[in-house]
Amino acid sequence: MTEHHSTKHLYWRANLRLVAGCLAVWFTVSFGFGIFLADFLNQFQFFGFELGFWFAQQGSILCFIGLIFFYAWRMNHLDREHNLDED
Amino acid sequence: MELRTLTYLVVGASFALYIGIAIWSRATNTGDFYVAGKHVHPLANGMATAADWMSAASFISMAGLIAFLGYDGSVYLMGWTGGYVLLALLLAPYLRKFGKFTVPEFIGERYDSRAARIVAVICLIVISFTYVAGQMRGVGIVFSRFLEVPIGLGLLFGMGIVFVYAVLGGMKGVTYTQIAQYCVLIFAYTVPAVFIALQITGSPIPQIAFGSTIQGDSIYFLQKLDQVVTALGFTAYTSGTKSTIDIFCITTALMIGTAGLPHVIVRFFTVPKVRDARYSAGWALFFIGLLYLTAPVVGSMARLNLTETIQIGTVGAETGNLAYEDRPDWFRTWEATGLLEFDDKNEDGRIQYYNDQNPEFATRAQAFGWDGNELRVDPDIMVLANPEIASLPQWVIALVAAGGIAAALSTAAGLLLVISAAVSHDLLKGILMPHISERRELLAGRISAGVAIVIAGLLGYYPPAFVAQVVAFAFGLAAASLFPPILLGIFYKRINKEGAIAGMVVGLVFTYSYIEYFKGLFLRWAGSPWSENVAENWLMGISPEGIGTIGVLLNFAVAITVSHMTAEPSAKAQELVEYIRYPR
Repeated sequence: MTEHHSTKHLYWRANLRLVAGCLAVWFTVSFGFGIFLADFLNQFQFFGFELGFWFAQQGSILCFIGLIFFYAWRMNHLDREHNLDED
Repeated sequence: MELRTLTYLVVGASFALYIGIAIWSRATNTGDFYVAGKHVHPLANGMATAADWMSAASFISMAGLIAFLGYDGSVYLMGWTGGYVLLALLLAPYLRKFGKFTVPEFIGERYDSRAARIVAVICLIVISFTYVAGQMRGVGIVFSRFLEVPIGLGLLFGMGIVFVYAVLGGMKGVTYTQIAQYCVLIFAYTVPAVFIALQITGSPIPQIAFGSTIQGDSIYFLQKLDQVVTALGFTAYTSGTKSTIDIFCITTALMIGTAGLPHVIVRFFTVPKVRDARYSAGWALFFIGLLYLTAPVVGSMARLNLTETIQIGTVGAETGNLAYEDRPDWFRTWEATGLLEFDDKNEDGRIQYYNDQNPEFATRAQAFGWDGNELRVDPDIMVLANPEIASLPQWVIALVAAGGIAAALSTAAGLLLVISAAVSHDLLKGILMPHISERRELLAGRISAGVAIVIAGLLGYYPPAFVAQVVAFAFGLAAASLFPPILLGIFYKRINKEGAIAGMVVGLVFTYSYIEYFKGLFLRWAGSPWSENVAENWLMGISPEGIGTIGVLLNFAVAITVSHMTAEPSAKAQELVEYIRYPR
């Protein structure tokens, strides 16, 4: 296996780990907090909201936005680290 | 100035702006026409994607749906935003690296198969046309209510505008008009929201007002809303009635469907680099989030305003309900459109608005002398009527009209463009006439965009009764047909053309049949669906809106099984996978 080949292999593995981590957060804030745990979380008051309701209608969306920017930042960093960036 | 004149001025000015941009950004080659020459800045593309994505359904219908669904409305909020996470992490960067023009083109090359490309074109056209019909209906509603012109004339006008900038400018023209349309629609959406938030809670930021106390009172807004609606027999606003499995399935189908919609995916073909595609998805969701974080506030406050307009005093007291002759002006104007209806069942001249489906409350209501709910409100009018209900200045109302039209036109243009690209690039150049010159391909693209606009206009003029529902179903179909072959094509080398085609066909046919069985969209049996659309009849309690989730799973299962029973994909296909996985 050439050196370039193994770099690519490592890059792809790191990418899959990052994607899996981000998707775990994605699932937790929406399906977890917003749906399955919503009734449980609703017993907690968060400003004027019940917490589960807040995650379903506000919090999950805020997390999604943060998540995409985090992923883009990490991936662009990973590109440079493995010398696979476009310029 | 009179409202009508003011609306004409505001809407007219926005149209002039779109046309001006179209002339400035004409397309001169197929690269410009399909993917805006790949020169679009990621932030600008994010804004254009937001306008492309947020349709008449988002602008006009969503807050109204949430107003009446309460917590259950969260499926739309999470479903239509969470899909962008999938898109950004799993599809957009790789499709950008692929670097060509259309979604069927990717499927055709990845699976090294013309048949797969044709199946993808069929899926794309079915999805896009159902979706575009809904946009045209939105244009029709706005025109007929605010500009008081016949719907047909309004449609012709809307079609004319889209024709000019989509046919002339292609993706390049559409991108820059969408940026302008985004600015118009987000301004039009947030201004009334700020006014209403101020009126109710004293806080100008809607998302903060959502969790604040009512002005001059110590009770939180949402608690107050829960009290007001439960007093009339409705379910508390912050809790839902749908089953958890159904909520889960609908949200999943909407998320995956979002990531599989061709007119959204193709927007990520227009940025210069792979890293731009990643950031661009973040910007897109940021701009979409501005509206989606405001919509639940608008919906809930509209619900409170509406309920308190009708229920002016104690529930059950003789003078607790608004007398019909005292109804406000907005009530009269919307009655004229048929989207708001009053039926004085107990003939007391007052309006009773309550939940007569709740047996416990219905008994109490009978004791008050009420004889059933007398008010029917189409959720579609909530956003449009909101400024009038809250007695906001007239220029705000005119602005909302322009915003609704901008939302519908921007999405329609994006959809028409992917349809025309599928015809001229995938069918004509890819399959029927591989040696066609670029100039003639561009001409073919323009002609097919023109034809698609005419068909869309006809669908808007003769709306099939099911349009509003079909828009939601387009997501189930997109999820079950296009998302799996794209995802597997990138992440799973072993998938071959046999698997991909079988998966797409099974996913599409299963999802379509299930919806057809309960909704009777096209094939009605003696005028009614095949089976009554109630929870008892559903498969595992999953409604037709959520069945796309099962379609996705079937698609994946079939694609993987069939691929393993047939030969490995060709060397060419495997090389392509290697190529798209790495930015360089």
